[in-house]
Order: sequence, then structure tokens, then C-alpha cells
Amino acid sequence: MIGAVLVGLAAGVVAGLLGVGGGVLFVPGLVIFMGLTQHQAEATSLLAIVPVAIVGTYRQDRYGNVVRSDALLLGVMSLAGAGAGVALANALSGAFLRDAFAVLMLLVAAQLIRRTLRGDGSPPAGAGEPAAAARGPG
Amino acid sequence: MRLAAEHPHHRPLRLMVIGTLAGLFSGLFGVGGGSVMVPLLMLWLGYRERAATATSLAAIVFIAGFAAAVQGLYGNVKLLDGVLVGIPAVGGVLIGTWLQQRMRSQSIALLFAAVLVGSAVELVVR
Repeated sequence: MIGAVLVGLAAGVVAGLLGVGGGVLFVPGLVIFMGLTQHQAEATSLLAIVPVAIVGTYRQDRYGNVVRSDALLLGVMSLAGAGAGVALANALSGAFLRDAFAVLMLLVAAQLIRRTLRGDGSPPAGAGEPAAAARGPG
Repeated sequence: MRLAAEHPHHRPLRLMVIGTLAGLFSGLFGVGGGSVMVPLLMLWLGYRERAATATSLAAIVFIAGFAAAVQGLYGNVKLLDGVLVGIPAVGGVLIGTWLQQRMRSQSIALLFAAVLVGSAVELVVR
């Protein structure tokens, strides 16, 4: 129980600090520290993302950064894809899914390194949903 | 938004393609899908970075919520773990963002990239 709280807190701090998405941290955290299977970790990560995204959306919307009509359309249009993605994940073996996720983590690491070496200290465009959660209009 | 204004009829179609790709990515990997949506919103719909990030965040509420529900039907969601991770994460993000505005994060970014690579290896060989 304490372990889960620490995984969430630590992943949140890193996400906010570096502008990487929460999911890419929740999933390995849940596998390595909480002993979940790859399938359970991915499923549980999706649930954990929801409160982070809700609070982030609320903050961003106050600054007028959310294009509401597009967000709604994106959300509705994504449901079929999300269902298909989950079905695909469950059709794949845990080992394959885990290896694919490891590749995803390496890509995020490469993006972090590239961005840092470019000297751009700000969170990236692509990976930063939770960071954007709390960022002001600055 | 210049692109969108030039091709108004392309807009719903493009949003549909972006949403579908983000949904697939999110459902497959258990992530939000922001890394798919943000660049495509900027590339295809002329979004500025801040609006793209904020709008994708709002869409993620739907995407992750729905994908989590479907995963629940498969019996994969550990409800208690999800809540115990997700709620403290909200506080963690606020702390991280506060820190980000007050310190140079370059060396931390490189250190963390190394941690990511190490975790990826740990994930595969464990």
C-alpha cells in the first residue's frame, strides 16, 4: 500500500519535473515495485492517469488553453481505437507486450536526451501531459 | 489554427484519425496517448504547443477512462493500486512542476533517461 503511494508520488514528481507522461512511469513502477503483471500494470496505469488528467484539464481550462469542442470530438473519436488497443494488448503475450513497452521507454529516454542536449530545458511538446497539468500560461 | 481555417472540412476527419491513433496507442500500452496527439494536433491542425498539450490532456480523460473500463472487463485493473498510485500522482505532478520552474533540470533529465534505460532492461531481463 505504501509502495503504491510512493510509486504514484515519485512518478508524479518526475512527470511534472521533466514533462514526460505519467503512464510511461506508472507501468514500470507497478511491474517492478508492486509485482503486477504487464497486463495488470497497463490496465491499472490507465486508471491512475484519470485523476491526473482531470486535475490537469481543470487547470489548463482555467487558462483557456483547452479547445473544448476538439477535445470532446477527440475523446469520442478515440473510444473505438482505445477499445481495439485494449483488445490487442490482451491478445498479445505479457512477454511481447513487456518488450514493446521497453522499446517505448527507450524512445522516451532518447527524446529526453535529445531535448536536453539541444539545451531546451522546458518540457517537451509530445510527452508532457501531466507536466502541462500544472503549468501556467507563463 | 491557420491550417484548420484553410481546410475546415478536413478538421473532423483529422480529429477522428488522431483520436483513433491515440486510442490504439493508449489501449495497447496503458499510457495516455499525449505523445501521439500533441505532435499531430500541431502538424495537422496548426495547434500551438500549449493548446495542443492542454486539449490532448482533456481528451486523455475520455481515452484513459474508457480504456481502463474495458481493461476492467478483462479483469486486469487493480482498483486499489490504481487509486493509491493515481491520487498521490496528482500531488507529485504539482510538486514536480513547482520544482521545474525553480531549478535547472538538464542533469536530472539525463540522469532520469539513464534510469528509464535501466528500468527498460530490468523489465525485460527480470
